[in-house]
Amino acid sequence: MVKEARTAATREALGPTLARLAQAGLDIAVVDADLGVSTSAAKFGAEFPDRFFTVGVAEQNMIGVAAGLAACGKIAFASSFAVFAPGHCFDQVRMAVAQPNLNVKLVASHGGVVTGEDGASAQALEDVALMLSLPNFRVIVPADVVEAEQAIEAAARSYGPFYIRTVRPKVPVIYEDGYRFELGRWQQLRPGSEVTVIAVGVLVKAALDAAELLAADGVDCRVLNAASLKPADTEAILAAAETGAIVTAEDHQVHGGLGSVVAQIVARHRPVPMAFVGMQDRYGTSGRWNELLEYFDLTPQAIAQAARGALARKGA
Amino acid sequence: MASSGATVQELERTARRVRRDIIRMTAEANSGHPAGSLSCTDILTALYFSVLRHDPKNPAWPDRDRFVMSKGHASPAMYAVLAEAGYFPMKELLTFRKLGSRLQGHNVMGVPVGVEMSAGALGMGLSFSLGVALGGRMDGRDYRVYCLLSDGDCNEGQTWEAIAAASHHRVDTLTAIVDYNHIQNDGFSDYARFPGGDGRRDRPGGWVEDGRTVNILSLHPLAERWRAFGWHAQEVDGHDFTQIVGGLEKARAHKGQPSVVICQTTKGKGVSFMENNPSFHGKAPNKEETEQALKELAD
Repeated sequence: MVKEARTAATREALGPTLARLAQAGLDIAVVDADLGVSTSAAKFGAEFPDRFFTVGVAEQNMIGVAAGLAACGKIAFASSFAVFAPGHCFDQVRMAVAQPNLNVKLVASHGGVVTGEDGASAQALEDVALMLSLPNFRVIVPADVVEAEQAIEAAARSYGPFYIRTVRPKVPVIYEDGYRFELGRWQQLRPGSEVTVIAVGVLVKAALDAAELLAADGVDCRVLNAASLKPADTEAILAAAETGAIVTAEDHQVHGGLGSVVAQIVARHRPVPMAFVGMQDRYGTSGRWNELLEYFDLTPQAIAQAARGALARKGA
Repeated sequence: MASSGATVQELERTARRVRRDIIRMTAEANSGHPAGSLSCTDILTALYFSVLRHDPKNPAWPDRDRFVMSKGHASPAMYAVLAEAGYFPMKELLTFRKLGSRLQGHNVMGVPVGVEMSAGALGMGLSFSLGVALGGRMDGRDYRVYCLLSDGDCNEGQTWEAIAAASHHRVDTLTAIVDYNHIQNDGFSDYARFPGGDGRRDRPGGWVEDGRTVNILSLHPLAERWRAFGWHAQEVDGHDFTQIVGGLEKARAHKGQPSVVICQTTKGKGVSFMENNPSFHGKAPNKEETEQALKELAD
């Protein structure tokens, strides 16, 4: 199931997956705001020019046009960088897509500090919180390119609004090609009984590495991939609570993302000590993506340390 | 079903009924936006009773012309016209803005059926309309899309993003209509309708006078702006049915470019004390005002 042979950017999944689905007969239309080459949406445009609409650097209009196409029965995809969509056009997403429950899929790349050298303005660290707040939206943060392809296909084949967050750099591929993503299911990547690390996106691999570090200390750590942030997997969260301690890990502000989703369910049903690895209410900066993960304590070591802290509070 | 092509006299009678409904709805709700509803009443009446290809008995007809209301605060006018056209029962109008009603303060897509899009936050209607027009082109359908904009809609950057994109894509099935009444939430959009404003034209930006903002953001010269963005633009009297219908027919015939029909209108049209009065942008008439307004709007 889990391998580490190659690396790929999750953003590379978009265009080829949409082209494959359109070839299979799905009535897809794509609206692009001058970042289709970066998000890979342009690869769809090259194959289906009559289904690909450029609107220039105008994300608000992009969302409205996508909503209009969806109202005509199209499976409408819009893509940009996450700081621009939903960042630039949150109210358009809210009123023109979420409220009327239109069949629009927003696939935003450049999520997180791993966006790298472009610096704080380009690093979306709030997008997941914004999108989780919208009724009707489903929110997916894939861990690798294989899961991103699966998530995009799941979104295309399910009616209604979706938000899918991808990343810029080439990161380790953890899934084999046969992997099947399931909406609302958090896959257990490693069994464990003493503590559970729940991670999303690029930190899933870090969580697996953290479990290795903890195993060396004799700690039996479970690892879950929470890619389907909404709907969340309540059953998996409650099972994780049975291990007695939970750590969440995300390349996003600690407020309003994965940590909040898990904490809300844990607090309601089965309170256990928790720790939250993520951006601690601050902005990013320029640097290489892997340097930034180190700089902001989004590493296997930081996750293992957080797990030890949560374990120490067990039964306190 | 095509529109009936009603006579000007019939359109005028219908518009008077719609205006009375607007007064009753906002009075009953004790809230809402009567004046901006009255300013676009003739435009909506012309659309639904003379211009649009639509069928209230078959509201999901894929080949119907679409009307998208971007200025969602004028929902009373849209609800009253839709009810008048037969989309839902007239008696429902007086539930406007009440708990449990289908008629929310600002339009909600498909509620009731016939409302093509949600609105309320200004600036979103034209982008949606462009998407619907592009979808029609993809599917080889010949329906037209009409989008009604306010002064405030034309303040929003998104509207100009959509204006640029629509001409870029040469979408000639799209017609924008501006209900250009020169008044918005805080006061007067520009100098055009401000009493005594002429002497202040040299002053940059706006100012506040008697609790009203004057010259909030001038759109002048509005038609030239649309033309510069690649649109076919006409200016008509938005209370003259011959001019409204004529302008929309010319827009339909024009090929290769999207069209805009800029309707010069009077905010509060038909009710003397509401006309050109910013106070009734977002305020319902009280009991005496309601009686007076209905008297003025009687047949």
